[in-house]
Amino acid sequence: MAALTREEVQEIALLARLHLEEDEVDRLCGELSAILEHMEALRAIQTDVEPMTHAVPMSLRLRADEVEPSLPVEEAVGQAPDRQDDLFQVPHIIKSSR
Amino acid sequence: MTALHYHPVAELVRLVRSRELSAREVVAAHLARVAAVDARLGAFLHIDESGALRRADEIDRELASGRDPGPLCGVPIALKDILVTRDIPTTAGSRILAGWIPPYDATVVERLRAAGAVLLGKLNMDEFAMGSSTENSAFFPCRNPWDLERVPGGSSGGSAAAVAAGLCAASLGTDTGGSIRQPASLCGVVGLKPTYGRVSRWGVIAFASSLDQVGPLARSVADAALLFEVIAGFDPRDATSIDEPAPRLSGALTAGARGLTIGRPREYDLPGVDPEVTKAIDGALALLADHGARVRDISLPNVGHALPTYYLVAPAEASSNLARYDGVRYGRRPEGSSTSLLEMYRRTRGAGFGPEVKRRIMLGTFALRSGYYDAYYKKAQQVRALIAEDYRRAFQEVDLIASPTSPTPAFQIGEKASDPMAMYLADVFTLSANLAGLPGISVPAGLSSSGLPIGLQLVGRPLDEATLIRAAAAHERAAGPAPHPPELAAS
Repeated sequence: MAALTREEVQEIALLARLHLEEDEVDRLCGELSAILEHMEALRAIQTDVEPMTHAVPMSLRLRADEVEPSLPVEEAVGQAPDRQDDLFQVPHIIKSSR
Repeated sequence: MTALHYHPVAELVRLVRSRELSAREVVAAHLARVAAVDARLGAFLHIDESGALRRADEIDRELASGRDPGPLCGVPIALKDILVTRDIPTTAGSRILAGWIPPYDATVVERLRAAGAVLLGKLNMDEFAMGSSTENSAFFPCRNPWDLERVPGGSSGGSAAAVAAGLCAASLGTDTGGSIRQPASLCGVVGLKPTYGRVSRWGVIAFASSLDQVGPLARSVADAALLFEVIAGFDPRDATSIDEPAPRLSGALTAGARGLTIGRPREYDLPGVDPEVTKAIDGALALLADHGARVRDISLPNVGHALPTYYLVAPAEASSNLARYDGVRYGRRPEGSSTSLLEMYRRTRGAGFGPEVKRRIMLGTFALRSGYYDAYYKKAQQVRALIAEDYRRAFQEVDLIASPTSPTPAFQIGEKASDPMAMYLADVFTLSANLAGLPGISVPAGLSSSGLPIGLQLVGRPLDEATLIRAAAAHERAAGPAPHPPELAAS
């Protein structure tokens, strides 16, 4: 596999919602390419088996649909970087028409 | 009389229960030890002095009124900072969580508190448990008490260093690819990674959800077993918790090695292993053989693929788990980043995560993205199945599988910091137990010629921690108690 380009690194960073500085992009190009080279060894392995998704076989349990105590609202929103009343506040997503 | 800070857990419980010493005296002695030593070690990220003394007084009052506070009555314990603690800051070693004070306790923390343990504070770690040296802590590196120029291992490096130096009686860490066992090995203490699903992860900050497990670090096998008994067992709040009762281990501690068969994988005869490590492991297994164990060669044909498999599976899961740190519900949001929601996410995460965490998020996002999933993540999950099958087959012939825990003793601070692949190789012997979900333990197996600890790793069958404890205790009894590091307090 060819080395990752700066554009590919930028594209992955956008998918990962990461802002990277220019020097970080440069460094990650080299580092990720070197790491992925080690991953290439896996391609040669015969794998006619089901992928293992969990360390031990398990199926998800259902719990009874009962109301249980939960975190008080004040504790849940109390440490948010920005809030309005009982809500988490984020930058505008939809432009206001007013 | 040995100093209070090196007392076994059971001895501290006996002293406090019999009221020969108060819980306050025990806790105050450990806090004084932390104050005297930790500036040079860097094991603690947060010391909860007032909370610890208050809890100690409560325990003394309970005892005075005739109640028993529990099996860890008055035992001073400090926790890896990845375990969520009510009213005590929790950072996972990351700036993105700096200043966060959790509104609840992890299940394991609840269980320790209910057993009478006293929490001294929170311990240093690689950011989000990603690393093998504790140099990736966003705050400061932790040092190895055996040699302050060397790393304590990681990611639970603060736990291993604090236990080895007598700053707490025991600790809990987490192990995703070796993060309990490798630092235990490098600091000369016992570290137990239980079977996947054995210990609740509710309130444990997630790294790689199909691999993460919580376990004890302690100065003896008996101490580790005691903590494990308290924290293990079903928890309905963890969807991956196994519905089995916690095992009782007192029988295993004295059962001896006679009748056990221990396998040595041929594939672990690797060029990068320090000859002194090989010699120490040969010696440890010879000792177990002298005491009645049978040691034989086995093969785990696919175990050599564990490293690339792990470094696809774990970062992929991490990139998903760490999506929650987005500057909305907790943590920091940089000033002036709120021009748009996307920009706010990117600036928050760009400023909050350190280089290794960014590297793994990038690697995981690469492996999971559309068009690449089959070639990377799915392929790794298939190789993982092959590795697990190797173990299943081997355990039809042997009870335990032995290897070094780490290919080398503790390395120098900075030695591997600029080479991610060199650092990843530090976990070459520990990763596969996580991939297969198996329990593993690291026990002290002597010192190198330059006086650095070497660890023996034993891996067992699913849910068979008792056999691990049995062999580990037999080795410890035969080898004698592990030595303590040189004294740090004077100077």
